[in-house]
Amino acid sequence: MTRYAAMFDRCARRGEGAFGAFLMLGDPDASTSATYLDALVAGGADMVELGIPFSDPVADGPVVQAAAVRALKAGVRTADCLAMIADFRARHPEIPVGILTYANIVAARGVEAFTQQLAEAGADSLLIADVPTIEAGPYAEAARAAGIDLVMIAAPNTPEPALRRIAELSSGYTYCVARDGVTGADRAPTLRHAPLFDALARLGAPPPVLGFGIGTAAHVRDTLEAGAAGVVCGSALVRLVEAGASPQAVSSFVSELKAATRGTTQNLAFAAEKR
Amino acid sequence: MRLNGRFGRFGGVYVPEILVPALEQLEAAFLDAQGDESFRAELDGLLSTYAGRPTPLTRCRNLGGRARIYLKREDLLHGGAHKTNQVLAQALLAKRMGKTRLIAETGAGQHGVATAMAGALFGFETRIYMGADDIERQQLNVFRMELMGAEVVPVTAGSRTLKDAVNEALRDWTASYADTHYLLGTVAGPHPFPLMVREYQRVIGKEAREQILEVEGRLPDAVIACVGGGSNAIGIFSDFIGDDDVELIGVEAAGKGIDGNEHGATLQRGRPGILHGAETLLLQDEDGQVDDTWSISAGLDYPAVGPEHAHLQNIGRASYVGVEDQAALDAFVALARSEGVIAAFESSHAVAHALRLAEERGDNPILLVSLSGRGDKDMASAQRLLAR
Repeated sequence: MTRYAAMFDRCARRGEGAFGAFLMLGDPDASTSATYLDALVAGGADMVELGIPFSDPVADGPVVQAAAVRALKAGVRTADCLAMIADFRARHPEIPVGILTYANIVAARGVEAFTQQLAEAGADSLLIADVPTIEAGPYAEAARAAGIDLVMIAAPNTPEPALRRIAELSSGYTYCVARDGVTGADRAPTLRHAPLFDALARLGAPPPVLGFGIGTAAHVRDTLEAGAAGVVCGSALVRLVEAGASPQAVSSFVSELKAATRGTTQNLAFAAEKR
Repeated sequence: MRLNGRFGRFGGVYVPEILVPALEQLEAAFLDAQGDESFRAELDGLLSTYAGRPTPLTRCRNLGGRARIYLKREDLLHGGAHKTNQVLAQALLAKRMGKTRLIAETGAGQHGVATAMAGALFGFETRIYMGADDIERQQLNVFRMELMGAEVVPVTAGSRTLKDAVNEALRDWTASYADTHYLLGTVAGPHPFPLMVREYQRVIGKEAREQILEVEGRLPDAVIACVGGGSNAIGIFSDFIGDDDVELIGVEAAGKGIDGNEHGATLQRGRPGILHGAETLLLQDEDGQVDDTWSISAGLDYPAVGPEHAHLQNIGRASYVGVEDQAALDAFVALARSEGVIAAFESSHAVAHALRLAEERGDNPILLVSLSGRGDKDMASAQRLLAR
């Protein structure tokens, strides 16, 4: 069983939604970043999503963009990110680790080499923000060969043929965007996802995890009630790093949002099994 | 998507999934309009009565020695550059798709000006993203855009130039695609933009080919155009691609020297990568982080290039050379002094290479140069540079 499948199972048995926490690797620098990553786990995150910084992140709002700028300014390179992933994996053997980045970071090493290196570092999945389903074939193939999940994005406007491709090509979970636009906690999610979740379930896509705009316990609760298997909180956490918050403060923010996943009526059908 | 959107290995649709339906809608509208005579008639009408097509072909009287240098005068088009050709076409498409708002990126400001014109003409709400550094060096165009009712939004992220303006326009579009058309200004970006913009700029080469046959009775030896994203170059190249004896030469910004880090010579120094929706050549580091570029001309200050240029270079059909800032400035002055034509800094790169070829080649060649824009926008920079 993959780490994602085990985690969704565990959450389902406890009657909880999965809480995913995002931070940019190397923000604000490699060593501080590592302590923040540990704080996510300490706070009770069920899965972590780690960004590899790119100079031109078109799917990200100002908060995550600034995180990438800080990491790159600190001299953090892709090799450092791979090392940080491996170190994190050594400290935390169980938690699913998803990597978020952009196509050119992958292309620079070649998709086969990159997915292989991620697998060796102990990552579980890869999401490439600017690779949509129509370009995803070679990426899915490489991910499969390397033994990691390719996670794909579904939006409320994604038509059925693309959802079918997601079901075919992706595994781990399905990253559902909570609203139009780029990442950021300044605009709340719009919850009109029931038809999307239904379609994904019908097509046999991996469990839906909702991101973009998740910043409060109420967002978490409402999202899970709407039928998601989990949520990802990104910009609200990155903002704490930006403000120089203590790792303890990051942990307690994670705990607060994680608490909101308990006792929700999230979509247990999804948690049952997909891979 | 109905077409594959590739030029050899280059091109594609590398955008967040949420934008794919908007690109599919655009491709469908474009293909539908290509087969619609009423669309073509409306566009042709606008191009002739509003924009001023056909533009003249001017033979240089004093420059070039025994070479015959012809200038395709896109600088005389309404708006002051070739950008107007395809902006009018895309604005008509936006109307067809029922969009009420236009967004665009701009480097030198010429595309922003053209988009602002179309916004005013057709009653779109218009927002232009422009790098903060480009706003500084192209003040006149900022004022023109605002005068025509567009909102100009400075982009302070990254290198504060064209690349970052594209990022910001893409971000806007991911939230606004339902009522907004992203009027991309060049043959870069995700499919269908490279193909669509080429078809709408093809008119440059189509006219130029007829005009030169008319005056010379034969095709030119070389067609020369500057390349930033590459829209005027593709526009003038396209109808000559089948003419194997006609050399196609793109001129990139060699900035302060192509061997350093301050240039925009993507085709000569770039490696394959993925930026702004397409696989193409990119100036980047080993990790794939996109480099900052430099050129005296804001319109050539771009680390990627249209995917079709990458392909034309790959198959050997076009070649790409560099012209440094100083050589472009010298050509800018020479054209003004000798011919009474003030070209944009961007187009001055093409002129500079034509003058170089005219000197080097002993065979009295006929050189066709795309004079893609006029230099009014560069007056403040020119004053400052020439005062030194």
